[in-house]
Amino acid sequence: MNTLYKNARIIDPATGYDKKGALLSNGSKIVGYGETIDAPKGATIIDCDGRVLCPGFIDMRAHAVDPVAAPAGGITTVILQPDQNTMIENDAVVERIRRRSIDGGSSRVYPMGAATQRMNGEQIAEIGQMQQSGAVGFTDCRKAVSNAQVMRRLLEYAGYFGALIVQYPEEANLAANGVAHEGETATRLGLAGIPSAAEAIQIERDTRLAEMTDSRIHFSMISSQEGVAVVRAAKKRGVKVTCSTAPHYLVLNDNALEGYRTFAKVLPPLREESDRLALIEAIADGTIDTIVSDHDPKSADVKRLPFAQAAHGIVGFETLLPIALAPVHAGKVTLMALLRTLTSTPATLLGLNSGTLEAGAPADLVIFDPDKPWRIDVEALHSSAKNTPFDTLPVQGQVWRTIVNGETLFEGNS
Amino acid sequence: MSTHSTSPVSYPRADVDPPSGSLFPHKHLLGIWNLDPTAIKFLLDTAEKYVGQNRQAKKTTPTCAGLTQINLFFENSTRTLMSFEIAGKRLGMDTISMSTGSSSIKKGETLLDTAATLNAMHPDVLVMRHADSGAVKLLAEKMDCAVINAGDGRSEHPTQALLDALTIRRRKGQIHGQTIVISGDIAHSRVARSNIYLLNAMGARVRLVAPPTLLPKDVDRLGVEVFHRMDEGLKDADVVMMLRLQQERMKGAFLPSLREYYQFWGLTRRKLAAAKNDVLVMHPGPMNRGVEIASDVADDIDMSAIEEQVEMGVAVRMACLDVLTRSLRGEALS
Repeated sequence: MNTLYKNARIIDPATGYDKKGALLSNGSKIVGYGETIDAPKGATIIDCDGRVLCPGFIDMRAHAVDPVAAPAGGITTVILQPDQNTMIENDAVVERIRRRSIDGGSSRVYPMGAATQRMNGEQIAEIGQMQQSGAVGFTDCRKAVSNAQVMRRLLEYAGYFGALIVQYPEEANLAANGVAHEGETATRLGLAGIPSAAEAIQIERDTRLAEMTDSRIHFSMISSQEGVAVVRAAKKRGVKVTCSTAPHYLVLNDNALEGYRTFAKVLPPLREESDRLALIEAIADGTIDTIVSDHDPKSADVKRLPFAQAAHGIVGFETLLPIALAPVHAGKVTLMALLRTLTSTPATLLGLNSGTLEAGAPADLVIFDPDKPWRIDVEALHSSAKNTPFDTLPVQGQVWRTIVNGETLFEGNS
Repeated sequence: MSTHSTSPVSYPRADVDPPSGSLFPHKHLLGIWNLDPTAIKFLLDTAEKYVGQNRQAKKTTPTCAGLTQINLFFENSTRTLMSFEIAGKRLGMDTISMSTGSSSIKKGETLLDTAATLNAMHPDVLVMRHADSGAVKLLAEKMDCAVINAGDGRSEHPTQALLDALTIRRRKGQIHGQTIVISGDIAHSRVARSNIYLLNAMGARVRLVAPPTLLPKDVDRLGVEVFHRMDEGLKDADVVMMLRLQQERMKGAFLPSLREYYQFWGLTRRKLAAAKNDVLVMHPGPMNRGVEIASDVADDIDMSAIEEQVEMGVAVRMACLDVLTRSLRGEALS
């Protein structure tokens, strides 16, 4: 069954292609794209009305599958973190998640396995078997592997399997009990702080270990100027290091905590304005490789508590694109650079065949209007919980259609 | 280091009429940070009246008769709880006190459920203390009645700052222009934060003196001068406020020992020589004698205002209860 998406602005970040044209898919695969493509007989024709058509987003960090919300955010591949009710720490759990995903009807789901057993940082998890069953990376999620010897062995061992190790960059002792960025806001509010140095120190140590073992390492959720500087320096030395950040760090700083707003409580914490600006710059110059949603639905019961007791995390699937587009509209980051962080770069890091529009690739597509103004409405979100600090925020850019495996899973208003 | 700018010819902002016409345009007393100098002065002036009443034989008036006050303390406290209870009773209120350890809330009911329960009993004032910063504000969002913060985490303790201010005003004549030193565990202190906001608003010159481990990050941005050495910080000070040092600070590597702390930051007569001759020494209590303050300093009635602070505490809390229930009782605030 052929489908022609015509009258689109085709962007393929994998090749840097950005032109008006059309894309043809045959069932689950992309056939090709170009400025003019003739529709085969009987093809379904979808008029994109000038909207951007690009590979579907690959979200490298989600704590829940949320099958309705992911396509609504343009996300065609969800990388599930191991901190599930049943921890993803062996091949059986990985296989179950992969099997459910293949059943279809929603975005693809690939799990990341725990990097150490029970995520306690002491003994390496069964990386080889989990990888065979379909795990695409290994991480202890919101815990850094703090023992340097364990981390070294982990990098060496994972290197043999070509597996990606994702480290959460936070020096545990410096961050202990902290709930907010250590700075003026935390001092005023009387909240225990997590200094930026906690991030930089962890990255510094682990880039040295990656260098020593000649392994690759990925840091999730960079939040500070200092963290960016260490990654940038390591990349310059030729260390095989990559890193990600999340959209909320690009539009909010720790002022969002004013009034003890627990909806702005995230880990790592929102930092200062100078950090926010440094992160945007780092996306523009390629120091930060990917943008992740860190989608983490939490019910109001665990959010409406005194700040220190409240759960951290926000829902990110449906706000991923409009929030991440903010620096693009501000002229700080190009649309191509942004889309690269959401498509081709994560695909390459994880070894997936999606994230590109080349012929034969899976027909995982998103069509969005990059300029459409709208207001985020928490009641209209499809996610399983509504914990977002962005309610009523005016934004620009909206997903119009999400296609996974040739099948339209989300269709917004035209 | 400091951005402080109290020039000698500045005028007290508290003497300017409020633009809204209301002297206290707030429903709750959650902190000092959002009070303007007029509102602070109004509370202090009101409290001044009650100082006299509290020294009479007949101390109770029916000012707030028929109103219900609930004291809800999620953290152990004797003096603050008693002070609020006495204050309520002297205004003729029905006061009920509930004191639970900070752990009991974790066992079951959430704070907002507690709020809903209490709200259904129609109190007119709720006084609350909690171990977490921001907890009182969260509860206040769900209460129909006035809420008074009796201390939340490291955030604020507004009535303590008000009673300190009343003590200083009575002893020194005014707060404006005084050099006031706050010394001790600033990082973990709600008293310090409330005092910094209040004293700054009233035009005092605020200095902090503490070891670097007990000063929170970027505290100099709150409009204070920061010192580490006592002799430098105490130089020409009019008032010295000592804070209580929690013994568990030794565990978190904040300090090596009480002995060493007393050696460098304990308030002794010798260190006080750097301050003005008529320096006033204050402490929110309970004191650790021989840790943050020497006994002979604490007990010197010419210098120490520590007992007077406790007396002012009742008057200030009466003023807060009075002012916050005025609109309820149909009395004007202007």
